[in-house]
Amino acid sequence: MARVLGYDMRMNVSDEDLALAAAGGDGAAFEALLTRHYDRLFALAFRFTGSRAEAEDLTQDICAVLPAKLAGYRGDAKVTTWLYRVAHNAAIDRRRRAASYSKALTGWGDWEVGRKKADAEEKEAVGWLYTAMGRLSETLRDTLALVLDDLTHAEVADIMGVSEGTVSWRISEAKKALRVLKEEEEAS
Amino acid sequence: MTSHKDDLELGALKAGFDAATPAPDPARRLENLALAQKNFTDLQGSLSEARHSSERSESRGVFKGVIDMLMTRSAAAGLTATTAIVAVGFLFLSPAGQDFMRPPTTITTQPEIEQPVSGDLRQGGETAIVDADDTEVVEPVLEPVITAEEVETRLRDQEAEADFAAAPPSPSPQPGNSGGVLELFSGAPVASPAITQGGHNNSVVGGLASNTRAVSPGQLLNDVAPMPEANTEEFANEDDNPIRVVAENPVSTFSIDVDTASYSLLRSSFNRGQMPHADSVRIEEMINYFPYDYATPTEEDVSPFRPTVNVFQTPWNPDTRLVHIGLQGEMPVVEDRPPLNLVFLIDTSGSMNDPTKLPLLIQSFRLMLDRLNPEDEVAIVTYAGNAGVALEPTPASDRDAIETALTRLQAGGSTNGVGGLQVAYGLANQMSEEGEVSRVLLATDGDFNVGISDPDALTDFIETQRDSGTYLSVLGFGRGNLQDDTMQALAQNGNGTAAYIDTLNEAQRVLVDQLAGALFPIADDVKIQVEFNPAVIAEYRLIGYETRALAREDFNNDDVDAGELGAGHNVTAIYEVTPVGSPARLTDPLRYGGEEATEVAEELAGELGFLRLRWKEPGAEDSQLIEFPITDTDSADAEAQFAAAIAGFGQLLRGNDFLGDWDYADAIALANENRGADEFGYRFEAVQLMRLADSLSAN
Repeated sequence: MARVLGYDMRMNVSDEDLALAAAGGDGAAFEALLTRHYDRLFALAFRFTGSRAEAEDLTQDICAVLPAKLAGYRGDAKVTTWLYRVAHNAAIDRRRRAASYSKALTGWGDWEVGRKKADAEEKEAVGWLYTAMGRLSETLRDTLALVLDDLTHAEVADIMGVSEGTVSWRISEAKKALRVLKEEEEAS
Repeated sequence: MTSHKDDLELGALKAGFDAATPAPDPARRLENLALAQKNFTDLQGSLSEARHSSERSESRGVFKGVIDMLMTRSAAAGLTATTAIVAVGFLFLSPAGQDFMRPPTTITTQPEIEQPVSGDLRQGGETAIVDADDTEVVEPVLEPVITAEEVETRLRDQEAEADFAAAPPSPSPQPGNSGGVLELFSGAPVASPAITQGGHNNSVVGGLASNTRAVSPGQLLNDVAPMPEANTEEFANEDDNPIRVVAENPVSTFSIDVDTASYSLLRSSFNRGQMPHADSVRIEEMINYFPYDYATPTEEDVSPFRPTVNVFQTPWNPDTRLVHIGLQGEMPVVEDRPPLNLVFLIDTSGSMNDPTKLPLLIQSFRLMLDRLNPEDEVAIVTYAGNAGVALEPTPASDRDAIETALTRLQAGGSTNGVGGLQVAYGLANQMSEEGEVSRVLLATDGDFNVGISDPDALTDFIETQRDSGTYLSVLGFGRGNLQDDTMQALAQNGNGTAAYIDTLNEAQRVLVDQLAGALFPIADDVKIQVEFNPAVIAEYRLIGYETRALAREDFNNDDVDAGELGAGHNVTAIYEVTPVGSPARLTDPLRYGGEEATEVAEELAGELGFLRLRWKEPGAEDSQLIEFPITDTDSADAEAQFAAAIAGFGQLLRGNDFLGDWDYADAIALANENRGADEFGYRFEAVQLMRLADSLSAN
């Protein structure tokens, strides 16, 4: 019982403490940390990829590399920021691997996927989302995926390894593209 | 929640994201977490072993066991249990799960929900950790350990309450709905608004109706349901072949196609109570699914197959005629067959972890092992992450070794299709000796995501491999993620066949009953070319084969790939032709310049057209040709009529408009009259599917 209690007690521990403990080799801390963030990582993976199957596989990639990356965590960044950086890098790696065989493999660029989703379930929002994301470049998509996860531009900048100004600029670019799309829609 | 509010303009995007984001698959979640933990432990060496409490690893073992057990159950009732137990797994393994557990009252009362301001109706699991990035958030969770029984009791209570809340009688207990228990749990906080909205929205929660609006909680619930999603399936197809005017396009050229995947796919759709996607219907694959009792080749035939041509009145149009071309491949004596080298290339990525995928695949291959000769060799390559050899080339007589390797297969890891193909082709080449037949049997749910998803890139890769003399067959498993176009591209370019396996019966059909045909080619690159006689035929159209069309000049070009014919296989192609002077003619004859074309020598006037067939002996470089005229036989034997019924059925499913009033009832009648011996019951099953289509389309 004591041990179980100990495990539950970890729920009270901050992400940062868990991460540091895990970096020091505490398996239970690692498990608690990852379990806590898994669903959020998955949702982010979906935003990066636009396909459920891809998101499952990307999350798996993240899970696989996380232990090794964790050893380098020094507590100088927020855990979420750090996790998202790992996730973003994993997404880039994945695309790079895919690109060596064929065109980049996100679902977002796939008009057909969006059309089917929209058809199948009459999800207007979803259909529109695929249309919109299909218009944007990969970089803009990734930036949006992060910003729309309620991160600040500064945090997103940190994750993507660019300046805050760049993030803001990308967002305004994305907005421009969306505005064009909207005008087209209204015109039609 | 954060400083930057970009939101007016990005709001729609955010809503779209929220609607589109599915919940993580619970089974994958457990696997991925376990993988992370394993990597973690591997990194630490034995350092942390002491801290790993045996209790938890034991308990995980139990869940894994339960899930494995449930994976092998397929009854609808089992699905309810599956989700319930997965939910239990959740509760133990994840703090998020414990959050779900704490207030079972959340569903019916909603005081403590801190609804994210922006109406952030995100997926349940995510909501539970929405605050987790900041340190202070965590509530004091000192849950006692909850036994599985308690959980189940609570789940039941929960279900009862939910049912109660959803007063209107909920729809019949389809498998899809049984996920409700889990979702009501995982989605508890977000689900509550819908409930509080009172009567008018109740059905959303209770029925998990699939037609709920975009961002309603009901629809989120739906996303988690174990109902197979059609979301990421991709089908290869083209528009219907158009009517051709003989005076303008007298020649029709195409490659044979012995694939059958389309038929099994549509069967699996019907069995789930859905009309198949029109693009998933390839008529020639439906027709060629069935064995036909065509005349077999005799010693007089130069070709390894015997062509049969029937011409008769079109069932759906009294003013046109069907030209039915059947090819029957020869059946070498099975005992005399050359030794066979089989490389099973098995997708063991995480997505294969489904009762209709890996477990079915393993059972299917077991069925086939019984039919192999002792001299045959088997190897197994898996691909998931890195491609690996699960079984080095082993004689089929060493059944134990093969069985063991099959049993050890486990899903997990991401897909690396190309790596796998390379290894498999490498092994096949290594196993090949003079006079032997080598074949790679790729079994996948179509997920080539990490490798190649672009059919064009596949073409290049497979084409270079094809020349090694190794054939490739693709077996599709499972629904929801099937990349049908990728499967097609692979099989077509690998000189192989694609089949979709949805049941053990289908495995029996593909791998056992037709073992010889599926595995031993008798003719490669079989092409058909028909030249119609403009004096007799005004218009024609080829039914099906849209994806197999060839250019006229490709017929004589031996470098152009086409379909292969397996031992004992038969292939059927049907043209609908409109005779000159028929009232059914859709185009008007040309006023100018049309005359010349119709001047045909007297002695040829009785011919409808001229049929040319090209093929290569397996492995040969140069093609051979047979050709003969098509005359109006006015013979409608039962085999041809049944094929016509299936052709009509396929056209109804594709919704093409050549059929007039002819409907499913007519297709059923025609198929029923021409069922023939139907040794394996395939035709009877087809009639059942037509009935299903009839009732589904009436809704």
